[in-house]
Amino acid sequence: MNAKKKRRLAFAACLLAVGCILAAVIVYGLGQNTMYFRSPSDVAAKEVSQGVAFRLGGLVEKGSLRHGSGADVRFRVTDGATSIPADYSGVLPALFREGQGVVATGALNSSGTFVASEVLAKHDEKYMPPEVVEALKRSGRWREGTK
Amino acid sequence: MTGELGQLSLCFALALALVMALSGLLGTRPSAIVARKIASSSAMGLLVFVALAFGCLTYAFVVSDFSILDVANNSHTLKPLVYKISGVWANHEGSMLLWVLVLSLYAALVCALKRGGERLTSGALGIQGLLAAAFLLFILFTSNPFLRLDPAPFEGAGLNPLLQDPGLAMHPPMLYAGYVGLSASFAYAASALLVGEEGWARAARPFMLIAWMALTCGIALGSWWAYYELGWGGFWFWDPVENASLMPWLIATALLHSALATEKSGAFRTWSLLLAIAGFSLSLIGTFLVRSGVLSSVHAFASDPTRGFFIMVLIVLAIGGALALFAWRAPTLQGGAAFEPASRETAILLNNVFLVASCACVFVGTLYPLLLDAINGTKISVGPPYYALTFAPIFFALLLLVPFGPKLSWKRGDLKAAWRSLFPALGLAAVAALTVLALVSPRGLAATGAFAMAGWLIGGSLVDIRNRKGARASAFAAAIAHGGLAITLMGVAGTTAWRSETLAVVAKGQTITVGPYLLRFDGVTREQGPNYIADRGHIAVMDDGKPAAVLLPEHRFYPAEGQDMNDTAIRTNGWRDLYLALGDDRGGGRFTLRAYVSPLAPLIWLGGLVMALGGFLSLWGRLRVKEPEKKAAEPGVAIAAE
Repeated sequence: MNAKKKRRLAFAACLLAVGCILAAVIVYGLGQNTMYFRSPSDVAAKEVSQGVAFRLGGLVEKGSLRHGSGADVRFRVTDGATSIPADYSGVLPALFREGQGVVATGALNSSGTFVASEVLAKHDEKYMPPEVVEALKRSGRWREGTK
Repeated sequence: MTGELGQLSLCFALALALVMALSGLLGTRPSAIVARKIASSSAMGLLVFVALAFGCLTYAFVVSDFSILDVANNSHTLKPLVYKISGVWANHEGSMLLWVLVLSLYAALVCALKRGGERLTSGALGIQGLLAAAFLLFILFTSNPFLRLDPAPFEGAGLNPLLQDPGLAMHPPMLYAGYVGLSASFAYAASALLVGEEGWARAARPFMLIAWMALTCGIALGSWWAYYELGWGGFWFWDPVENASLMPWLIATALLHSALATEKSGAFRTWSLLLAIAGFSLSLIGTFLVRSGVLSSVHAFASDPTRGFFIMVLIVLAIGGALALFAWRAPTLQGGAAFEPASRETAILLNNVFLVASCACVFVGTLYPLLLDAINGTKISVGPPYYALTFAPIFFALLLLVPFGPKLSWKRGDLKAAWRSLFPALGLAAVAALTVLALVSPRGLAATGAFAMAGWLIGGSLVDIRNRKGARASAFAAAIAHGGLAITLMGVAGTTAWRSETLAVVAKGQTITVGPYLLRFDGVTREQGPNYIADRGHIAVMDDGKPAAVLLPEHRFYPAEGQDMNDTAIRTNGWRDLYLALGDDRGGGRFTLRAYVSPLAPLIWLGGLVMALGGFLSLWGRLRVKEPEKKAAEPGVAIAAE
């Protein structure tokens, strides 16, 4: 093996090592940091363990919105079949309304209430988050043409 | 009438693009002088007709011609003129037309600058012709902006108010100038593979620089827009749409460095070609992600699946074709020149490894959720913690190496001498770290590390500038661009570590504190804007007990679009932003109010501008100086003249 070949081999080995490290970092990072999307029915059925962050999506149940002290709010997220109580402290997005689609990030506490750290409703009132549409379709409560 | 004229121009443009593709590719044969002439004139013709079509659409938006479907869907008579114009590209059809307009501008620029040999230029025009033809077909068959609507409605549906903003009016053209600018280096690379010409890296350099500058500015503008418009006080959300613009930037940055090595010392010949292909491929993938509707966001206009399919086919053909060409022709090219382990080439190699690795992290984080959804319908999202764990350390390692590059010579450098000359930079890093530890609370490892790094980068740039005293302005380009990186880093670290935030429900007369400021809420007035109604909060700001300003954040409702949004109020002293967003109405005159104090936030975007300035200096130096080697590099000219 001449010097040039040796150098090439060493270079290829280095590159392979870098690639492996990178792959390991990415896989580890993904394993630690992916958040699943759940509908209220999923939460009821799968018994999501408390403290694990996930995204909860559905409609804000009509008549469930209560303002607490300060910026606290409490509401229920429903997919028509099941509903889950949710607590949030913060500014609600402009299009947060009862009966409208919502996606919240957070985790369940010990009493089964979803404590949201972030609440998203899209900026457009015609818009329904696609995950919510799918969740409603699965629970059989989706009506075509519903906005 | 304008609609038909626009439609006709698009058809002519398509015909010219096909002529340009054919004659450009034929022109790569040594004796095909006529074909090369035809390619050049059809590139100019293409620009004329695409510009005419774009002008027609703009005119239709300005005069609110609602007999055109695109205008009726996306405009409104009450919209201010500037947003009528920006509305042209704030929708799927118009934005695709803008894409082709930018592409034909670059093709015309390739003709006008005539860099590199005639065969190389001709091949590049041929590839650009192919791209233009593909996108014109896409427009004509799936996204025609000139479709008529009969009967014409009296009023248009309006434009998403989030997009009615000066920052966003400029953001898409800027970003497209970057995305599509990478098509020029792509075309040059593919042409170099076809004709086997080596001088492509030098020929394509100005286009790489323009594209990179535009991408830098476009990303900075988008981030700035998200900061002041979305009302969350954040500047980067690792949203797939943002990532779609970051990935081409990372690869374009790698390409800028590796192509320089190819040009100056002949290293990384094939690798630079591959990067040029990868850069534009990521632009195409970005366009697909953003425009096809697979991602739901303000950017996703197209919900028609045939459009997504068409773009997908286009991507597969462009990327697959280019890679096949690469696999076929690259082995016939001369291999890269050798270099010592301690040399600027090694520095650039490491730069490329880290940039490509960080891009891979972003790529996986962006596409993995889509892939998983496509495979088994599992919906997941990958958030900022993933990027903090993967992207951030890789990028940090890259920054650590930045000052070494310019200190090492080509081929064979002196690592010890480079290290010694960087002692002042090391000193500056220590000073920055100690200053942060001594003066600022809360103390944090991340912020201290980031400021030490910024000191190291700025120190490295200063050492570089001192060594080049008396040289042309363009010699300072790298030092300035690297300094810009340090400025952005300080901005990011400052806001992340020391931001203070207050959220409260306030009634009239109530006061809250945020950071060093005392804020008094003086109630809300109802205001009538040109096309919206606003609740305007009046907030008196006291700094050190003295009244400093009155800020007026608004909560706007746009009746035409049926949407509401926040208009934040930001007061900056250049170093620190006070940021107010008026939240939802809690009844009885009480509103939620969000207040942030973000130290060093303006530096984030200032750094982006400084980076772009570095690119501009380099470009200016390139275009001003006529290269003496130009004759020698163009055997085609000599043959033709004989």
